[in-house]
Amino acid sequence: MLYRENGQFKTSYAADQQIFPIAQDRWAILGILVFAFIGIPLLGDEYLMRAILIPFLILSLAALGVNILVGFCGQITLGAGAFMAVGAYAAYNFHIRIEGLPLLVSILLGGITSALVGIVFGIPSLRVRGLYLAVATLAAQFFTDWVFLRIPWFTNNASSGSVSVSNLQIMGWEIITPFDKYMFCLVWLTVFALLAKNMTRSAIGRQWMAIRDMDVAAEVIGIRPLFAKLSAFAVSSFFVGTAGALWGFIHLSSWEPAAFSVDRSFQLLFMVIIGGLGSIMGSFFGAAFIVTLPIALNQFLPAIGGLFGVTISTAGVSHAELIIFGSLIIFFLIKEPHGIARLWSTGKEKLRLWPFPH
Amino acid sequence: MSREIGEVILDLKNVSLAFGGVKALTDISFDVREHEIRAIIGPNGAGKSSMLNVINGVYRPQQGEIILRGKHFSKMNPYKAARAGISRTFQNIALFKGMNVIDNMMTGRNLKIRSNLIQQALWWGPARREELEHRAKVEEVIDFLEIQHIRKTPVGRLPYGLQKRVDLGRALAMEPSILLLDEPMAGMNVEEKQDMCRFVLDINDQFGTTIVLIEHDMAVVMDISDRVVVLDYGRKIGDGLPDEVRANPEVISAYLGASH
Amino acid sequence: MGFFIETLIGGLMAGMLYSLVALGFVLIYKASGVFNFAQGAMLLFAALAMARFSAWIPEWLGIDSLWLANVIAFFIAGALMYLVAWLIERLVLRPLVNQEGATLLMATLGIAYVLEGLGTSIFGTAIYKIDVGMPKEPVLILEGIFEGGLLINKEDFVAALIAAVLVALLTLFFQKTVTGRALRAVADDHQAAQSIGIPLNHIWVIVWFVAGIVALVAGVIWGSKLGVQFSLATVALRGLPVVILGGLTSIPGAIIGGLIIGVGEKLSEVYLGPMIGGGIEIWFAYQLALVFLLFRPQGLFGEKIIDRV
Repeated sequence: MLYRENGQFKTSYAADQQIFPIAQDRWAILGILVFAFIGIPLLGDEYLMRAILIPFLILSLAALGVNILVGFCGQITLGAGAFMAVGAYAAYNFHIRIEGLPLLVSILLGGITSALVGIVFGIPSLRVRGLYLAVATLAAQFFTDWVFLRIPWFTNNASSGSVSVSNLQIMGWEIITPFDKYMFCLVWLTVFALLAKNMTRSAIGRQWMAIRDMDVAAEVIGIRPLFAKLSAFAVSSFFVGTAGALWGFIHLSSWEPAAFSVDRSFQLLFMVIIGGLGSIMGSFFGAAFIVTLPIALNQFLPAIGGLFGVTISTAGVSHAELIIFGSLIIFFLIKEPHGIARLWSTGKEKLRLWPFPH
Repeated sequence: MSREIGEVILDLKNVSLAFGGVKALTDISFDVREHEIRAIIGPNGAGKSSMLNVINGVYRPQQGEIILRGKHFSKMNPYKAARAGISRTFQNIALFKGMNVIDNMMTGRNLKIRSNLIQQALWWGPARREELEHRAKVEEVIDFLEIQHIRKTPVGRLPYGLQKRVDLGRALAMEPSILLLDEPMAGMNVEEKQDMCRFVLDINDQFGTTIVLIEHDMAVVMDISDRVVVLDYGRKIGDGLPDEVRANPEVISAYLGASH
Repeated sequence: MGFFIETLIGGLMAGMLYSLVALGFVLIYKASGVFNFAQGAMLLFAALAMARFSAWIPEWLGIDSLWLANVIAFFIAGALMYLVAWLIERLVLRPLVNQEGATLLMATLGIAYVLEGLGTSIFGTAIYKIDVGMPKEPVLILEGIFEGGLLINKEDFVAALIAAVLVALLTLFFQKTVTGRALRAVADDHQAAQSIGIPLNHIWVIVWFVAGIVALVAGVIWGSKLGVQFSLATVALRGLPVVILGGLTSIPGAIIGGLIIGVGEKLSEVYLGPMIGGGIEIWFAYQLALVFLLFRPQGLFGEKIIDRV
């Protein structure tokens, strides 16, 4: 079937405002969902789920959050890792301190706490812009690093400094195997991606984008920068916070503050820039790229070395990984500064016109 | 003509504005009556744009006050101005480059949105209903400005003349009672100017919108405006009907004299 | 009182190193509009090169003189930094010209990864010493004024002197030479500078090279004090609050900002640390910078931004 929209006439604004106005897109996304919910659990093995799919799902969620702030509202943040940490540790404290609190509620409360902290650290955005703001968000990063490392109360006085959760269950469904974890994260991500899409296509999303594109004009037509910016910080931190809680609870199940270091923040920013700023789809592309690249390098480098009869030491591999990762990032930024999402949409545009070049 | 010029709705008294030591506006007073088309003219650097920026609160004047429908404001801010029904277009088009035409114009409906963030996130109930209502309203403006064919085009890709029209459309989507136009015809060719003139007159005529307009093209100004204010070096040097202003010797020497 | 002043001086010394790091940031930001996250990696790379070559050269050439070996090593490391600057201009800046700030920032993170990977694979990952013959022994001064006198490191004084000389040289270079004038023109307006025939690409190479030399000097001072190791790369993160405090485009801002942050850190560590726990200096610097930012969003010496519509 060709990718065409001829013959698909819209007779109401409601039909025109669907998430996927083109029928072929709706089928494709349905296919992907069916595959993710049924195909992968049937085919996938445990390693695939544990090492690739679960991190991909959770980091996609975090990237969605970062994209709301950076891509849609135009406020650069280098402190996303901090909000993952706040979400994880807040959820942890709710989980262990309140007996019998359902897991879902703990994670959501983690997200809400993160949103509140996000609002506080978003306040500088009302005064400072651009790179100054980016550096200001690093303040959040280093502050939370310190808080969770040095203040024992937050880690329930754990002597090793690491905290762990166990016995996760939702209404009798125990989340133990990679399969359970995968399903849990998948459902969570699907719901949140839908929420994100809805926000970005309604009034609040337009407010964010207006602030991003031209803040003075936005104010002139009656958008309050205070509300628009702080709501973006709140929503973004909420998404990132729940992602942090999932990362701690579901993926790691026992973790230290280092899991949410400044490197994590950079990683998330890479995802949204390489995936595509201001694109929901782009967040997924970016997460997929950044999650799989190191694993791929790790697998292939020794093999390639072996081909030439060179054994690369583990340290050598990790150095080479750094170099290749860095070069690939630069290469990508040069080739497509607007990210994979832009490649995708140009591709679709071409398909629509195919076989005619214009 | 169906419109009838009414009472004074916007009154500026002794407004002075300076940036650091540079005086942009000195002790300027003038008023705007309901339903009229009021033009502000003057040579480059006369302070025309600053005047508009003071009216809708982008700049805060050091002195003077703004009286809007009997309410006194010593300082306006853009949000308050928008709430009070003032909207505007920009000299250097200030559209939201990353959005398409419909979304740009939908932002103009922002003040009329009642649903909250959670309803919008769920695309549920009032949020969904509002989205449809406002879309219908925006489509009316699109029809009015005859830009149906570009409704889904990202504004960055549009030619200059159409961008100007979308900018006007976004201001109109607010259903303003006072519309400030900052050089709406600058850089346009004759046909585009004619279209724009027609839109300005139609807006004034059909919706009764009060219009304050900055324009360089004297022929246009004299044709369409009811009253004219003339600024030069941040001072007011003339005010009155187009014919009176045309006859004012100070205006002729400062402005018209130079170009005629 | 004596202790307080000692802390103060310690802070100024640390601050001076931050100033040097910040100076690298400011130079590059002014001339190419790039917020260079790779500054720390450049510092690490330069310091590693210096440390290793100063150890290898006596072996290779059989030179006994520590002084001569150091000078040769310094020139080799400098040449390497020129190569790095040239490669960055060719492979990264030129293709990415006119991209948005965030994209360029990410690209410099990419550069940082590459430099860190290269540095450690060429020069190794152990902790290396740089011995440029700095006097190590502490001295007591002003015994007449304070009880017990002030305990000061001679090394710190030499380091401060070197930093001051470097800043003075840079100022001369910017104000008095033709290249310096071209650099300032580029910093003001890329396109205008280009249109009167200033070769933009060449200027970028020079600026990145100068920033590389600043990194090298900072690396030598730092390395001779604390040794060269991988964690040196994170020094960029310590320099960031300085940059926003001083203003992204101001050289005096970088220097004064560095001193303020250095002193603030030391004082907070000594006087606040015992109350709320150790290790606070890193976030304290950021909070300090943030508080300044709330009052002056463009930094202490940055240019004021006026919105125009």
